[in-house]
Amino acid sequence: MKKISTPYLLLIPGMGFLFTFFLLPLFNLAQTSTQTPVGGGDTGQYEQTFHFKNYIDAFVENREQFGRSFIYATIATVLALAIAYPLAYAIAFKGGKLKNFMLVLVVAPFFTSFLLRTIAWKQILGEEGFVVPTLRNLHIISQSTTLTSSAFAVVAGMTYNFLPFMTLPLYASIDRIDPRTLEASGDLYANGFTTFRKVTLPLSMPGVVAGTLLTFIPAAGDYVNAAILGSPQTKMLGNVIESRYFKIVDYPTAAALSFTLMAAILVLVTIYVRKAGTEELV
Amino acid sequence: MAKNPLSQEARSVLNSLVSRRAVLAGAGAVAGASALAACGSGGSSTNAKNSVRWGNWPLYLDVDDSGKNYPTLQAFTKETGIDVKYFEDYNDNDEFFGKVQAQLKLGKDIGYDLVCPTDWMASRWIRLGYTQKFDAANIPNKTNILDTLASPSFDPKREQSLTWQGIMGGFGWNTAKNPKGVRTLDDLFSPGNKGKIVVLSEMRDTIGIILRAQGVSLATVTENQFMNAVDFLAKKIADGWIRGVKGNEYAEDLTSGDATAVIGWSGDMFILKSENAGKFDFAIPESGGTISGDNMMIPSTVTAEAKANTEKLINYYYEPSVAAEVAAYVNYVCPVKGAQAEMEKIDPELAKSEFIFPSDKTMANLSVFRSLTPAEETSWTEAFQKAAGN
Repeated sequence: MKKISTPYLLLIPGMGFLFTFFLLPLFNLAQTSTQTPVGGGDTGQYEQTFHFKNYIDAFVENREQFGRSFIYATIATVLALAIAYPLAYAIAFKGGKLKNFMLVLVVAPFFTSFLLRTIAWKQILGEEGFVVPTLRNLHIISQSTTLTSSAFAVVAGMTYNFLPFMTLPLYASIDRIDPRTLEASGDLYANGFTTFRKVTLPLSMPGVVAGTLLTFIPAAGDYVNAAILGSPQTKMLGNVIESRYFKIVDYPTAAALSFTLMAAILVLVTIYVRKAGTEELV
Repeated sequence: MAKNPLSQEARSVLNSLVSRRAVLAGAGAVAGASALAACGSGGSSTNAKNSVRWGNWPLYLDVDDSGKNYPTLQAFTKETGIDVKYFEDYNDNDEFFGKVQAQLKLGKDIGYDLVCPTDWMASRWIRLGYTQKFDAANIPNKTNILDTLASPSFDPKREQSLTWQGIMGGFGWNTAKNPKGVRTLDDLFSPGNKGKIVVLSEMRDTIGIILRAQGVSLATVTENQFMNAVDFLAKKIADGWIRGVKGNEYAEDLTSGDATAVIGWSGDMFILKSENAGKFDFAIPESGGTISGDNMMIPSTVTAEAKANTEKLINYYYEPSVAAEVAAYVNYVCPVKGAQAEMEKIDPELAKSEFIFPSDKTMANLSVFRSLTPAEETSWTEAFQKAAGN
């Protein structure tokens, strides 16, 4: 009897946590999402009327920001992958004694607040930073082009902020690859590119999938980068939810949008994981 | 009284570290973070005898060089024996309201005897019955309030609120990029500023200034007129004139050169102007600017004894000499008559400042946005937020 119950007892803290901080709020959110304002009530007073049309209204009104969230998140994920893969590869295979040190460097930005790092990008890309004047002198951008308050800045900020989430799982995956498999591939007359395509990449797929998920999911829901580095024309769904919740005090729409975003991410991720076909992912 | 007026420089430095609304910076980003932070801090839960717990905006009261002592508060305690616990944790109207709303509804102590909501939020508190009427006998200095601020629509007789500081909304600009200054909406939207204009995320200021330029009175503005002004703003945003709709981070954008002209607040612009001599300037639009205020109010949950003490504190800050000391530090519009004369003794230069003591002519050109009904508040804010891309 005791033997059977032990694992369940051990599960209690975790389940309790998930119940209190995930299931209950989720239930609350679901309830809020179908409410409508109390007739003649004050700002922020809502009653349950099971008004499911909230979902359609919320989606139709904000489809632009919806689309933007997924487009920006996709671009940021692809860029992060392109930057992180060679980086993780180099650390795993060429890091040698410096491996751990290099990993610390990858994580080092986390020692500073996420907000501060994003605000720093505003300075880097601002008029008084070195990037804008340099690019202007090289005639890469016109004299009147600015980099802040643009889609470019938002995507750059997201790519930067989520880069470690991409790098670490990639590193973990690549580091596990037995270098002898690469040698064997060479022995079988594969050139570098073929070896990468047929051996390294497939073996590192769990890292690629984990990294892209860890980047894409928070990026799609992100609102800090768009708030700090963007303009009114680059607002994402997170910004809409924030404004609905705090400024307009329209809890039902905010809740409906949160649910829709969650569902959309869930569907996309399911399709992706199915396609990528990595059962050994976790 | 411990008089310790800071030098102009010291004040500028302090203010630039965190100006009054700095915690709104990063729009929602910081609002969220501060909401989290607020969970940990906040007013104390027990109300000690003979004490007042005051929640106010950050950097909104004179402080000494160590940043720990508030000279005017200390003088008050010495004079009356009432201990004041001062919390700089009123960071955001919506966030603070969200934090204390449930207790107010249940009539439980919220941990503050004195709070400082902005006009529109003050209106909501009063509407919901979350404040107490002052005992006029305890606040004889009430009559010192400036005429412009004496009868707002949310509290026409100032029976339960008194302005802490007034805030003017107007145009701020980079003088090199706008050598002739910005005094009309056309000046603001002049070709040189295209794509480099930032406007306030406080809709009553931004839309208020547009409405005034369109010849609409803020005391009687109708839904149609408001929506017209929002459309005007939305068009300017869509056409790429406006790069941001922000809280006080517009000040950063001006300093970094990313913005060349803004709709901004007097207090921030005072600091920018005094820090960067000749580089920035501020003016009330010819067609009219806005004035709003943060209001001292006593929550409905405060006990009779604490209420009497709080009223003494409010009365104290409406003493012209005390108000002048505060004004010398905070740089917003001083709401107390007679403070200007007292300021002569502290800093004659500041006594002449139009930012702190607007002349009658300036005052005549400022107006207060009328109170909105709950339904209006929701739909107007929604329209404005949509124009801002949200």
